[in-house]
Amino acid sequence: MTIPNSIAITPELVASHGLKPDEYQRILDLIGREPTFTELGIFSAMWNEHCSYKSSKKWLRTLPTKGPRVIQGPGENAGVVDIDDGDVVVFKMESHNHPSYIEPYQGAATGVGGILRDVFTMGARPIAAMNALRFGAPDHPKTRHLVSGVVAGVGGYGNSFGVPTVGGEVEFDERYNGNILVNAFAAGLAKSDGIFLSEAKGVGLPVVYLGAKTGRDGVGGATMASAEFDETIEEKRPTVQVGDPFTEKCLLEACLELMKTGAVIAIQDMGAAGLTCSAVEMGAKGGLGIELDLDSVPVREDRMTAYEMMLSESQERMLMVLKPEKEEEAKAIFVKWGLDFAIVGKTTDDLRFRVLHQGVEVANLPIKELGDEAPEYDRPWKASEARPALPASEVAEPDDYNAALLQLIGSPNQSSRRWVWEQYDTFIQGNSLQRPGGDAGVVRVDGHPTKALAFSSDVTPRYVEADPVEGGKQAVAECWRNITATGAEPLAATDNLNFGNPEKPEIMGQLVGAIQGIGEACRALDFPIVSGNVSLYNETNGVAILPTPTIAGVGLLPDWSKMARIGGMQDGDVLIMIGGDGTHLGSSIYLRDVLNSTEGPAPFVELAAERQNGDFVRGLIRNDQVTACHDISDGGLALALAEMAMSATKGMSVSLVDQRGATHALLFGEDQARYIVAVPSDLANFIGAGAESAGVPFRRLGTVGGDRLVVDGVIDVAIVDLVNANESWFPAFMA
Amino acid sequence: MKSAVVQLPGLNRDRDMIDALTKISGQAPVTVWQTETEIPDVDLIVIPGGFSYGDYLRCGAIAARMPVMQAIRDKAEKGVKVLGVCNGFQILVEAGLLPGALMRNTSLRFVSKEVMLEVVNADTHFTRTYEKGQLIRCPVAHHDGNYFVDDATLAALEDGNQVVFRYAAGTNPNGSLGDIAGVINAHGNVLGMMPHPENLIEAAHGGNDGRGIFASALEVIAA
Repeated sequence: MTIPNSIAITPELVASHGLKPDEYQRILDLIGREPTFTELGIFSAMWNEHCSYKSSKKWLRTLPTKGPRVIQGPGENAGVVDIDDGDVVVFKMESHNHPSYIEPYQGAATGVGGILRDVFTMGARPIAAMNALRFGAPDHPKTRHLVSGVVAGVGGYGNSFGVPTVGGEVEFDERYNGNILVNAFAAGLAKSDGIFLSEAKGVGLPVVYLGAKTGRDGVGGATMASAEFDETIEEKRPTVQVGDPFTEKCLLEACLELMKTGAVIAIQDMGAAGLTCSAVEMGAKGGLGIELDLDSVPVREDRMTAYEMMLSESQERMLMVLKPEKEEEAKAIFVKWGLDFAIVGKTTDDLRFRVLHQGVEVANLPIKELGDEAPEYDRPWKASEARPALPASEVAEPDDYNAALLQLIGSPNQSSRRWVWEQYDTFIQGNSLQRPGGDAGVVRVDGHPTKALAFSSDVTPRYVEADPVEGGKQAVAECWRNITATGAEPLAATDNLNFGNPEKPEIMGQLVGAIQGIGEACRALDFPIVSGNVSLYNETNGVAILPTPTIAGVGLLPDWSKMARIGGMQDGDVLIMIGGDGTHLGSSIYLRDVLNSTEGPAPFVELAAERQNGDFVRGLIRNDQVTACHDISDGGLALALAEMAMSATKGMSVSLVDQRGATHALLFGEDQARYIVAVPSDLANFIGAGAESAGVPFRRLGTVGGDRLVVDGVIDVAIVDLVNANESWFPAFMA
Repeated sequence: MKSAVVQLPGLNRDRDMIDALTKISGQAPVTVWQTETEIPDVDLIVIPGGFSYGDYLRCGAIAARMPVMQAIRDKAEKGVKVLGVCNGFQILVEAGLLPGALMRNTSLRFVSKEVMLEVVNADTHFTRTYEKGQLIRCPVAHHDGNYFVDDATLAALEDGNQVVFRYAAGTNPNGSLGDIAGVINAHGNVLGMMPHPENLIEAAHGGNDGRGIFASALEVIAA
């Protein structure tokens, strides 16, 4: 062979590619010789944590991924779920954490671009986006800069591409000071007979490169994203990609137009590890070899080496296997949209991944071992120690409940996120039925008279830290609950698991515990995981983030005219709590923000109660019996009431007289499986009787009316004061 | 009445606009691609919102120089109604069909929210279904909606009743001069506006305040 090997493969070079000595030995054993520089780059791209899931694969396999509505589970660009009438929803969530910390605007923008591409690669037109963002402490010197850049980047890409952002999360905690989280979700609509997959079929067929040209941006991005940060972080800026939403919008239209012609056999977007990963995945999945000729790759810079081309993460690019007889038709579509179209290779029958550059073979590797037979680890792990119980009697009551409520509602984490979501186009496409600010975003299904989809993204990292299993369950349960609170039936979810360094047994223990909890909850709630992403090594100088397994779910509303909203209540309506009284103050918002303590266990998630209470609430909504609905989560009953009151700009008069326990636990306890519904007064008794016969715990809380939130002599606050406290923190912080 | 929607790479509210025109007039508009040099016989041409050509150079600057713009200009000169919304407004300004410029929002941030518009001139082809002084709800979603003209042009616009919409007091989302949200040409057949009436036309949108603009332009009898 005439493979040039001008760069010597030293142990330092191997290490700088993120490959461990035993992994390098595995490469030597596999190919029986020293790899070329380009090959080393290819191995590094394929075998890093980000692309290979080598630490998490063993545990991800335990998650439930099947269900009567699941058409495509994990392993493709996105999951596919049946929503009746031949329609399917295609969705996934993915992290862009490391790049967003290094370069917030472009990091976040290309995170959005990547997830949108995953969705339309499958043949779906994106209809909704969400973003779960986590930043360091508000007073950390980098936080404002990162918030400003990430939010602008998310908006800059999504707004220009033309997808409504309908939900998400924004949280602050000092544990994200050195590693922020940007988890981007996208969902699209397709027809069940119009789904496209990445598995290549047929030997000798053209491999076609589409979209934008290849540049030097993002070289080695996936490898960077699989390492911890230290002081050298500024040097990593060139590994961040640069996004062009205009090209992506054109690529979307061109791809959907091309898919209609029947020319596409297989399609894969170029995301992490670009040309390498997309080509290997298409070949490995289809049991075929791939041969690429880099001289045909459209480039935007001169004299790019094979190594750079193979590792570039330039955005807005796709790889397809096309039917040769449709080539001209396909090309015309791409020319119309001003995009590159080049045949860069072919499928082969030898299971090799061969790369030619200027007539020289620069790589020749076994494709299966690069792709689906990459290394897998069973890393040692240590279960988190259970925290002792923290009864409410050991937690101080607030001196002044009004002040405590105003403090919580205006705190960095509980205040309104309007400053953020007013930078996202929430109206575009004309189908947004519920925009950010409620329990879930809701988008109607274009072309159907009554159908709509609900979306929510949730996780409570402090619970996961306190108890990974319960925290994992709670993330799923809260997502399921938020979707239920609109009246939708939760169908399936995607998980985005953000953790620290898995080589540390305690971090690995968090990951293992959280996956166990997620799996338990998904099974109990019939809420399978159909796609997802793992982001590890979220550590800086040895300090890990809070364990953050974000769960984003999708639900179906058969008739949106019967949907519930957080703010729909009317004067005179009766407020009813579904679920038990508040008792649990461990790891609560009250404890953290008012008493400055993070102690205590996470609340226990009783999945049978979660399901029973949720099904009952959904039934009420679908029978058109509630005027408003909200789940009880962070901050307990008091925060939930305040959020409903602010959203409706109506007062409430609430009594705790029927409830047993300490007042602060009733008001701020974060017990699970609970909702508040507002119902017309003439239905209240009927609904109470219904709950009783269904065995669902309920409490009549009080009535809607006036302009103050009044709770039994403990709280009496004007709604306008709540709104002012809630709306002022974010703009003041960013001013 | 017949309508046409112009499609340029990067526009992204063309589907919203097609949907609104279809629902309100009962007839799907024809679509016109960037390279076309002739526009079919229609009564209303709409340039929808988005980010034509990625907003590169300046919002609307490249679109204003595409072949299809000459065709639009010819139609406008013949009196055909032309409506530009958001990026469409920016394009009409860049093409010289409307006076002024649309600068970056004073907040320097993209803004997406609902505002209130005052119908300043209800005696145009586009606003006959409203009353003068009526306040209507309307979403906005833009980064560059800060309208500016020089003093003399502003005076001429005001004198000629060419300011059609203003942001109601306290709701100006972008710092535009005189709270201007939409202006019409002297001849009264070319309207540009930043807000998106096409996103507020039916129950699913939570209201239909935007419907009147299309009903008026397409001479649809109010239902």
